[in-house]
Amino acid sequence: MSNAWKTLTNGIFKENPTFGLVLGMCPTLATTTSAVNGMSMGLATLFVLVCSNVVISMLKNVIPDKVRIPAFIVVIATFVSILQLVMQAYVPAIYATLGIFIPLIVVNCIVLGRAEAFACKNSIGLSALDGIGMGLGFTLSLTLIGAIREILGTGCVFGQHLFSDTYGALIFVLAPGAFICLGYVMALVQKCLEHSK
Amino acid sequence: MIYFLIFISAIFVNNIVLSQFLGICPFLGVSKKIDTALGMGAAVAFVLTLATVVTYLLNKLLILWGLEFMQTILFILVIAALVQMIEIILKKISPSLYQALGVFLPLITTNCCLLGVAILVANGTEKLPAGVTNPGLLEGTIFAFATALGFALALVLFAGIREQLSMNKIPKAMQGTPIALVTAGLLAMAFMGFSGVV
Repeated sequence: MSNAWKTLTNGIFKENPTFGLVLGMCPTLATTTSAVNGMSMGLATLFVLVCSNVVISMLKNVIPDKVRIPAFIVVIATFVSILQLVMQAYVPAIYATLGIFIPLIVVNCIVLGRAEAFACKNSIGLSALDGIGMGLGFTLSLTLIGAIREILGTGCVFGQHLFSDTYGALIFVLAPGAFICLGYVMALVQKCLEHSK
Repeated sequence: MIYFLIFISAIFVNNIVLSQFLGICPFLGVSKKIDTALGMGAAVAFVLTLATVVTYLLNKLLILWGLEFMQTILFILVIAALVQMIEIILKKISPSLYQALGVFLPLITTNCCLLGVAILVANGTEKLPAGVTNPGLLEGTIFAFATALGFALALVLFAGIREQLSMNKIPKAMQGTPIALVTAGLLAMAFMGFSGVV
């Protein structure tokens, strides 16, 4: 039980993909223009992470060691294609906003990284938990950055106005704001970690 | 004229790293020295142009057979195979070029600007100037090459700044990735000055 709990929380706090491992920077910067966009991207990645972790863990004794990376990529790409079709059918608006970053989950270092570092060595149950933990950690950090950028940029969060309508520092929604915002949030996290030690 | 506009647009206005956020990992990873940044830039330019041509043609076949949903799987496999093949061929025919680019080639497979540009060119993009949304083979190839040049430019500029930065005293919490991201943000702000040029 404690082992399962540790696996689940590992991805959320200790090895958070964005702040701890610094993986998957492209979607982190590109899709966090608002809290909702960040959350959708996080959930999409969570789906692929859990499915690919489970399947790769199931196949770990079948896949020969030499061709494991291409095999992992095919499994991941399959789930990304499924995700693309499902999103196109049911949430076309979100699919259009996230655009190219949905197919690009294939080359997201987090997904391949977890397959290689965790799923191909552990049981199916633990791999699923690891996928959920990592996916939730990614979703939380993306939603956080998205919320900060949305508040600073437009004065709203999840579409709810916090400040007056006239407020807006558009730079935070545009490209430079993404870099600067993520940079300062990361510095803050590093500072907190230093204090807690 | 249109080809020239595609060049300007892909290098400056819609810079792949600083305005479209593709290829951030190598941008942050191999930008500590100008030499390595140049090597990486050259390797990406070479592979990106080739991969775009190959995937563009294969995508035409997919459309012909009605298999568009296989695009993501096919593209990533083709790119992975292509990078392997380029590595083997370069080793045989031009050892000196292999020496220069060799270390960077395996890193390129997971570089998302490769798959990103391949999908953009195959599916059409608004990033091309003058109303070309569905690029032909020539326009697509030029777009890919110019995009790679934009990547190299951003990488070399960033490496130059980081070389200077490494000699300065930086607060402990900002060291490493945070200061790199803030620097990239300022660079992106400078590139925003190009918006509206094309």
